[in-house]
Amino acid sequence: MVTEGGQQGHDEPVLAIKDLRIQIDGIDVVDGVSFSAHRGRILAIVGESGCGKSLTALSILRLLPKAARIVDGRVELGGIDLAHLPEKDLEDIRGNKASIIFQEPIASLNPLMRVGLQVEEALRLHRGLSHAEAQREAIAMLSSVGIPDPQKRAKQYPFELSGGMCQRVMIAAALICRPRLLIADEPTTALDVTIQAQILDLMKRLRDEVATSIIIITHDMGVVAEMADDVAVMYGGRVVEQGPVETIFAAPAHPYTHLLLATVPRLDGHRKSVLRTIEGVVPSVDQWPQGCRFRSRCPLATDLCAQRPPLAPVDAAGHDAACWHTDRLMELA
Amino acid sequence: MTSAAVSASPRRKSRVRLSLARWAPIALIIAFILAAIFAPLIAPYDPNAQNLLGRMKSPGTLSRSFHYLLGSDELGRDLLSRLIYGARVSLFVAFSSVILSGVVGVLVGMLAGYLRGLVEVIIMRLVDVFLSIPAILLAIITVAVLGPGLMNVIVVLALTRWPRYARIAYGQTLSVANMPFVRLAAFMGASAPRILLRHILPNIIGAVTVVATLEFGLMVLFEAGLSFLGLGVQPPTASWGAMLSSGRNYLATAWWIATFPGLCLFLLVLAVNLIGDDLRDRFDPRSH
Repeated sequence: MVTEGGQQGHDEPVLAIKDLRIQIDGIDVVDGVSFSAHRGRILAIVGESGCGKSLTALSILRLLPKAARIVDGRVELGGIDLAHLPEKDLEDIRGNKASIIFQEPIASLNPLMRVGLQVEEALRLHRGLSHAEAQREAIAMLSSVGIPDPQKRAKQYPFELSGGMCQRVMIAAALICRPRLLIADEPTTALDVTIQAQILDLMKRLRDEVATSIIIITHDMGVVAEMADDVAVMYGGRVVEQGPVETIFAAPAHPYTHLLLATVPRLDGHRKSVLRTIEGVVPSVDQWPQGCRFRSRCPLATDLCAQRPPLAPVDAAGHDAACWHTDRLMELA
Repeated sequence: MTSAAVSASPRRKSRVRLSLARWAPIALIIAFILAAIFAPLIAPYDPNAQNLLGRMKSPGTLSRSFHYLLGSDELGRDLLSRLIYGARVSLFVAFSSVILSGVVGVLVGMLAGYLRGLVEVIIMRLVDVFLSIPAILLAIITVAVLGPGLMNVIVVLALTRWPRYARIAYGQTLSVANMPFVRLAAFMGASAPRILLRHILPNIIGAVTVVATLEFGLMVLFEAGLSFLGLGVQPPTASWGAMLSSGRNYLATAWWIATFPGLCLFLLVLAVNLIGDDLRDRFDPRSH
């Protein structure tokens, strides 16, 4: 397959996922997901727990738990299909061309190793730099992620740093090889709100400085609004809507996105208005309905929804939704 | 302010007492080690020099050219000199067997805990088998095959004790290997040996050290037991266990022959165990 360029008016995507299917025990937990991430842009993958967003993200670098398996689709990073790459060749990609940061910053650091050494690790493994050279770069990187007095901090152990500091160190370690792609799996969930904002600001700044593409996995619409350039909303292992963040927030085209946004309490809303919720719960993976998987909770559902709706363009700005009833969204208000 | 002044003094007192409890065992062990190393300089006489006219003299006796500070044994050998030389055997055997069994056990346990799968099954079932064999039986069999002697004692001890380390290292590795930082190191492309040595080993070494310390005391006793049974160090080499064994025959007439080696064993093992307890408290995350 040839990589298509300029499809969405951007340059060639850094990462293109096409029809990805992941199974656990023969059940499709991620079912035909496609999206792409672009250089210098932040893509947010949003959804409730169990919608497959983390599995999708982990599958990009083939970090899936043992039970889960990619059965179909392509994950192209710079034209190379990672989904079918031999494990040996992945070593050159991981931590080098594509990197990841996890939820728990403190547990992600070796408690008995100086943080400077941990930032250096990727450089020494991938570039074969000496300790002295790697150290110089690590300290520069620590300084650019906003750690004051990086010379001194590099010699400290993780327990001497706060959670926010640890996440900055993790970001420094992830970006030290200047990867083309950074995957952040709920990077701020474990941090308190003010630190959250700082970390998000930092990631936005680094997106421009390192010119990397960032994929951020989150369930927090606030983080999406704050951070993202593009959004992919997932439900039931599928992307139900995707597009630029402004469009999605201003004019959601899928009932799920619409209801999800309506559940966020607003400062300018009516004080007495009742907080909205989405009726029902996410069905377990083996009980998803045929056709549209949101059908069982969707107020707009009709018989037509028993057929799977394709992810189709809603407008020309790269805004897609997978719903038969995008024209009836008014009824939800 | 007064409450602070009142509470300050007992706290200081307890700290002094604590540090005494912490340092006394260490000082004792250092004394034993120094005695073992510098035995030829410290010991007043040749530990094997016999004086058949000065047999079983009580502590403090003068006999011919000998001044028996702690008495003499059934061949008129100076007990103090034999105790000092005996420390060499006890400490050497204990150190070597702890290191040998520790290195083997930790390595094997980490491999089982990190690689999982078939390796884990084979290693851990082997551990179960070894733990189910009575140690003394295994020792007797091994000595019967290899013959008695210092090196063989060390081999026997390593052979019977490695499963304990393997179990500890295995359990600790299982929990550490699932920590995000280990997964991240693997993700970054670190090789298995690098992960085991740089990321896992430093994080499990605390628990292993505690076990090793307690094992050290056990090894001293084990060596004494083997020598007592005649399976360990052979005469005329001085060893606390062998001295205990021969002194047992004269307990009614010459109590000092068995008592002093017993006392040395007791003090050494007590000191080592106290250090082990202290280390366990320090490495216990709940104490922080």
